[in-house]
Amino acid sequence: MATAIPIATQRSATGIPTGKLALWWVIGSEIVIFGGLLASYLMMRLMYDSWSDAASHTNTVAGAINTFILLTSSLFAVLAHDAAERGKGPQAAGYLLLTIGGGLNFLVVKAIEWTGEISHGFTITTNTFWSFYYTACGLHGLHVIGGMICMGIIAFDAVRGKNLQRVEYIGLYWHFVDIVWIFLFPLIYIAK
Amino acid sequence: MATQGHAAAANGHDAHGHGDHHELSFVQKYIFPLDHKIIGMQYLFTGILMGVIGALMSYAFRMQMAFPGKAVPPFGLITPEFYNSMVTNHGSIMIFWFAMPVLIAAFGNFLIPLMIGCDDMVFPRVNRLSYQIFLLSAIVLIASMFVPGGGFGGAWTSYPPLSASSVYNQTPYGAPMWLFAVALEFVAFLLGGINFITTLMNSRAPGMKMYNIPIVIWMIIIASILFMASVGPLIAGAVMLLFDQTIGTGFFDPVRGGDPVLWQHLFWFFGHPEVYVVLLPAMGIVAEVLPVFARKKLFAYKTVLWTAIATGVLSFVVWAHHQFVAGIDPRMANIFTVTTLLISVPVTEMLFVYIGTLYGASIQLTTPMLFAIAFIAEFLIGGVTGIFLGASGSDIYFHDTYFVLAHFHYTFIPIAVIAVFAGIYYWFPKMFGRFMNDFWGKVHFWGTAIPFNGIFLPLFYTGAAGDHRRSFDLLNFPELRQPNLIFARQFATISLLVMLGFQVIFFINFFYCMFRGRKAGANPWNANTLEWVAPSPPPHGNFAELPNCHRGPYEYSVPGRESDYWPQNEPAT
Amino acid sequence: MSEGNAAHNHTGPGHHHHEPHAPSYYVKIWAVLLVLLIVSITGPMLGNKILTLITAFGIAVVKALIVAAFFMHLNVEKKYIWYVLLTMLAAVAIFYFGVAADVQKYNGSNWTKPASYKYDEDMKKAHEAGGHGGEHGAEHGAEAGATHGAAQ
Repeated sequence: MATAIPIATQRSATGIPTGKLALWWVIGSEIVIFGGLLASYLMMRLMYDSWSDAASHTNTVAGAINTFILLTSSLFAVLAHDAAERGKGPQAAGYLLLTIGGGLNFLVVKAIEWTGEISHGFTITTNTFWSFYYTACGLHGLHVIGGMICMGIIAFDAVRGKNLQRVEYIGLYWHFVDIVWIFLFPLIYIAK
Repeated sequence: MATQGHAAAANGHDAHGHGDHHELSFVQKYIFPLDHKIIGMQYLFTGILMGVIGALMSYAFRMQMAFPGKAVPPFGLITPEFYNSMVTNHGSIMIFWFAMPVLIAAFGNFLIPLMIGCDDMVFPRVNRLSYQIFLLSAIVLIASMFVPGGGFGGAWTSYPPLSASSVYNQTPYGAPMWLFAVALEFVAFLLGGINFITTLMNSRAPGMKMYNIPIVIWMIIIASILFMASVGPLIAGAVMLLFDQTIGTGFFDPVRGGDPVLWQHLFWFFGHPEVYVVLLPAMGIVAEVLPVFARKKLFAYKTVLWTAIATGVLSFVVWAHHQFVAGIDPRMANIFTVTTLLISVPVTEMLFVYIGTLYGASIQLTTPMLFAIAFIAEFLIGGVTGIFLGASGSDIYFHDTYFVLAHFHYTFIPIAVIAVFAGIYYWFPKMFGRFMNDFWGKVHFWGTAIPFNGIFLPLFYTGAAGDHRRSFDLLNFPELRQPNLIFARQFATISLLVMLGFQVIFFINFFYCMFRGRKAGANPWNANTLEWVAPSPPPHGNFAELPNCHRGPYEYSVPGRESDYWPQNEPAT
Repeated sequence: MSEGNAAHNHTGPGHHHHEPHAPSYYVKIWAVLLVLLIVSITGPMLGNKILTLITAFGIAVVKALIVAAFFMHLNVEKKYIWYVLLTMLAAVAIFYFGVAADVQKYNGSNWTKPASYKYDEDMKKAHEAGGHGGEHGAEHGAEAGATHGAAQ
């Protein structure tokens, strides 16, 4: 569609570029979504003594590996941002691809982990602990997948040096997804 | 698609945009628009259409209440399942698909760029996407009433265990579809809200400082933030409930380690701020209309703004007053009683400011002004009756009676009907470049305001006498068969028919004047705010030259000036 | 440092850049995060419950703050972005403290939750018996309704 970018989009009364400002609000709205889910989980986790037994079946090693993977992919995301700031589009795209690779690794570990759990009879309907486990990890996983898709599109542009500011925005989103996992990790895997 | 070249040529946007404007086909302009005004119209018309559907539902179940067991044309005999489904979907539609799209999305989309003096929203394509998701959600909701088992009938609050399993609610497809539609609607409004907030923060006209922003814009933005901060837990809760319904988890089933009261909290943590999400834009519309037709400065701009923010903050700590009978901790009930009574203070403050604006003014009783004044008076009744329900002691008696129903309709109808009409009559010249007929507008006003009281005043009485909200046929209860109660119910229903009948006048007036009404100039009301600087109707890109802002929005009858208004864009001489 | 940077660099729209860091700067932060990760994993091995809570959740907060401050560049971002995010966190906190009084307890002043209590006991028994602690919901379905009513 032949439409100019509105002047509105180019104004910046706050000093923060419009896209970045919007992304902070997206992160703000996501905080409450994950916050509501994890707060609900936490209440039941603190009430039921038996949930520490249920939690002892979670795979701490897989959780730790995934934390490592996400932290590392966050490093690549911030390096991509760094490269984009210097105007090096192809280098930024390369780092973004590494970040996507991190996301893929995360999902593979997750898949192996879930396969093991389901084959041991722990499914989403087994009891409410596992319902929360699969819902929270699943919601987080969907955010990982969504982030990877957006990152792919942005990397495609970045190779040609187009829309380099978006490299930073997707990075912010990715770090947020990382932070969610940082809290999921102790809630689900460590506290037993 | 936007290109760098276009962006670089943005300063010559007017001529350029004008050229684009003519290249657009009908489909591009009206079906898949990027222009905020057309998207606002889409929201307005979809919202009003859904409102009409919701109103027809109220006709079906009010007839059943007044004349139980009699066939209701054209629905025929009302079955209990149909009744439940109608009540549930009436509630959901009126809040989520009528009040929110019209008050926030329609007025927000139309007004924000115009009133802050820029050419569009910051993300036109996100804006279009938000409407399309909203439309999809409306289609899913309507479709949910025609699937096997019928539409969901577990009330708009959707409490488990009734909502969590088709064993109880008998709607194996209707219930998940209803939930899915609500979740989609939330996504649409999150996208829209982010767009609104970012637009206001970044794209104001040069010189428009914090206290120069028109109140209605502030209110829509505060409402968007409230919505964003409160809806998260319910989105999580909707996913949990959807899993309970469809794959058999037990999030809200105590036997399997869940808790039904958790849902009530998840729901009302959103549900109560939601009341203020729709109230604040309505307050904002009234704040725009009053000074223009009182020809007087808004009595206390900063008070309105800061009490609105205070209302927003307080609205997060009142939600459990909906759950006083659910067995919540009595100490918490004490806290929530206090906070609930507290929140009436800032709201009353706002109404006080509006009355202060009218004091000593030379009031012009145009149609929008009549609706604005009616809003103040009618909302006051809704607010005062809320005191009985906010106090946990009296609420336990009134809970789930028609008293509650009358109370919240006395808040919601002023918000979603009366204030919306004020807004439509007021901004119609800007939307379509023509006036609505004032005589028929006044007929419509009296035909709306009087029957509205006729519907809900009797229901305070029947509710206090014991009429229960969730009952299909009140004549099943011997103590509710008194002739005066039956008369009150029939009086309410007849009033509803009268009120609905008078809305026909509005629609004829609206659509006739859209094409044939008296032509309006750019600033027909002699108002100050920036939308009246643009031509009526504004073209793509809104302003011939983007305005600068030099003063606050309500400088009317300033001493020492010849004209009694002082547009925001006029440089001081 | 943040104020100076912010004032210096926020000259106009589209030029919202902070001083670029060398990649090694980010690698150092990443290394700190990994050390914290190892501490949070090894913490529970000491077997002290309070220590576990500190190493697990205290370190999660620290890690989140490090990612937010240095990777998301909140250290050089305008201050009010913090306020936006903290407002949202405050909403979550209000939700938690308002709801926990009802949901996080077996007994309130006017009610008990026998079904929830029984669920917990059954889970524990099942765990001791070596089972998975699930699959025992269906047979108790009839008791579901009576759980949360006011038992005065």
